[in-house]
Amino acid sequence: MRFKTFACFVGPSLLLMVLFIAVPLVSVFIQSFHVTQPVIERIETERCTAGFLEQQCSTEIKNVPVLDERGSIVTTTRFVGLENYRAVVRPDSVQAAISSWNWPALMAIDFWKALRFTLSFTLITLPLVIGLGLTIALAVNNTTRSIRGPVIFVSLLPYIITPVIGALSIRWLFVGDGILTQAMEAWSGRQISMFAQGWTIELLMLFYRVWHVAPFAFVIFYAGLQTMNRDAIEAAMMDGASRFERLRYVIIPHLMPLIFFVSLIHLMDAYRVFEEVVGFRSQAHVISLQWLTYDLLQPDDAGNRAVSRASASAMLTMIGIVILLVPLLRKSWRDHKGVR
Amino acid sequence: MSTSKALRQPVTLRMLSASFLTFWCLLAAFPIVWIAVMSVKAPLDAFASNPFDVILGPITKAQGRGLTVLDIAVLLIGLWLAVRVAMRVLPGLAARYSPPGFLALGWVVVILGYGIALFLLGFVVLPPVLGAINAALGLDPLIGLTTQHYHSVWVKNAFWKNFVNSAVVTTGVVTISLTVGTLAGYGLARSGSNLAFWLLIAALIFRALPHSVLVAGYLPIFINSAEILRPILGENAPTLYGQPLAVIAVLVSINQPFTIWMLRSFFQSIPAELDEAARVDGCTHFQAFRRVIMPVMWPGVITTGLFSFLLAYNDFLVTSLLLDQSDMTMVPAIAGYFNRETTMTDQVEAIAAAVSITAPLFLLVMIFQRQIVSGLTAGAVKG
Repeated sequence: MRFKTFACFVGPSLLLMVLFIAVPLVSVFIQSFHVTQPVIERIETERCTAGFLEQQCSTEIKNVPVLDERGSIVTTTRFVGLENYRAVVRPDSVQAAISSWNWPALMAIDFWKALRFTLSFTLITLPLVIGLGLTIALAVNNTTRSIRGPVIFVSLLPYIITPVIGALSIRWLFVGDGILTQAMEAWSGRQISMFAQGWTIELLMLFYRVWHVAPFAFVIFYAGLQTMNRDAIEAAMMDGASRFERLRYVIIPHLMPLIFFVSLIHLMDAYRVFEEVVGFRSQAHVISLQWLTYDLLQPDDAGNRAVSRASASAMLTMIGIVILLVPLLRKSWRDHKGVR
Repeated sequence: MSTSKALRQPVTLRMLSASFLTFWCLLAAFPIVWIAVMSVKAPLDAFASNPFDVILGPITKAQGRGLTVLDIAVLLIGLWLAVRVAMRVLPGLAARYSPPGFLALGWVVVILGYGIALFLLGFVVLPPVLGAINAALGLDPLIGLTTQHYHSVWVKNAFWKNFVNSAVVTTGVVTISLTVGTLAGYGLARSGSNLAFWLLIAALIFRALPHSVLVAGYLPIFINSAEILRPILGENAPTLYGQPLAVIAVLVSINQPFTIWMLRSFFQSIPAELDEAARVDGCTHFQAFRRVIMPVMWPGVITTGLFSFLLAYNDFLVTSLLLDQSDMTMVPAIAGYFNRETTMTDQVEAIAAAVSITAPLFLLVMIFQRQIVSGLTAGAVKG
């Protein structure tokens, strides 16, 4: 295929990606070093009211935003260096917290709180998703053919459901005197409220994410099991491999590329954790990095959006995912070179 | 498949695996089924502490709303028939009656028609008929059930407006992202150049980006776009913020990396000899793509379209930040219920709205289960 035809085919898609992914990235990068503020001028006004014998006058100094001829507020943008990053990371508070070994003080800063949750969330769900997905795939592979269809149908439901709704549906089971909270209270004989402290919410979030993504891992592993070579298993049996050894040394190595693929996708998606915070309404206790940016972008009571600080937090979020992905990308690069 | 004696498993293991699978299916279905049950009960029943009260709904029944034995029987048979028709009859119908080359359109018409037919049959035709028969037979309600929450969500709270917005955004995203994506996917699959490889790696990295990073880039530009574009477009420069079209463009772009990866692996499974033969017969690359490759690509296109649909339909972050309150899609609109969720009635209405959002997805899995599985697998084949 000549370069020109290739360009014609790929052009529209590339244009969209450049316009809506690459350019915004650059603009976020630039924004994160600047602050946009309305131009404020001080106006001295003298107000006089009629009084007995003489007028009573008072002068008042007001800060008023400057308006242009269209009546909209004039803004200036100035370069502030790393100030936005400092406002997000708060290095001085971090230093104080670390030097006094004060973990709660460190966790009181939004960014570090979000980072702690996002990383632990990503790394804890990863093995759970792969383990559960593999177990379901092996179990489905074990059953008779006739019930596989319905089982796959039911299994796909958690994966296909809107994430916010999925989180909400689990929340409604536990919120207040929800049906499962009642059950746990009856079983343990204690008053339980799942949404009053951080760690229970976090448990529910972990549960939700595993419930949501395990079907995806299951379908892929199940497809991998279908291409499994029976001769290899039978040969392993001839050599006297036990059931567990066959799983460990024959089946899992066969599925390894798929496990790698699922890990890569899951790492990307779990790092973006956001819908759980919205669905479980956990912002008072648990927040994630993406939610932090989202919150800064939401207009506050005065209608202002903290775009500069949001850009700084967005850049930091991005650096995090790049660091997480580097080992995986390096591995796929080595594979790519090895194939050649 | 006959299992050789040596491979046969001991009974305990088989029992263990079967019980685990049962447990998983219960776990997978329970939250969804449960909110569906809650949404048709009076608030006091929906949040009752005894699970049997939630299922049977005594208070709802006391209000005179409920199902008799006959209703339940008709409902179960109807549901079973609906699933059968969706899984067996619909794909054939779409394939047979859609004009050649417009299979996707045929699917859209068939699904919409099926949804509307089910709705009419279930909510308009059946209730009065069954009501009359029940009255004639003198049957008393057995299970409490009410559709009042759905009524207040869709009619009183004008949820249908959000539904229309969702439909606009989703249709736009699926159409554009497939058109652009098939072209790019074909180009990438048929070009072995280094440039193609690096484009795919860049797309992979783009896929990893959190969406909030990108939205932080759009937001200031979109809000001020009228002023930025004025020198070029003159007085009628649009403000992109709040425009469904802008959201469609954004969602299409965010979805592009995934779309081109998936379509590329589908195109690679089509032998290159096919388009070479067409080229020998005198087609240009584009003609070969349109006349020869596209007709055999429909399964791949439908599968990728499904995933674009899911992304656009399920999105919360982009739509909630880039759209106004007045033209919200369904998923962010449900956040409006959070703020009002003070009384029990509000909560049940929020649940009814959530179930309404889930229902189309449910229908989708029913019809397209096979395509979803094959799509996930195709994505995995090429990593």
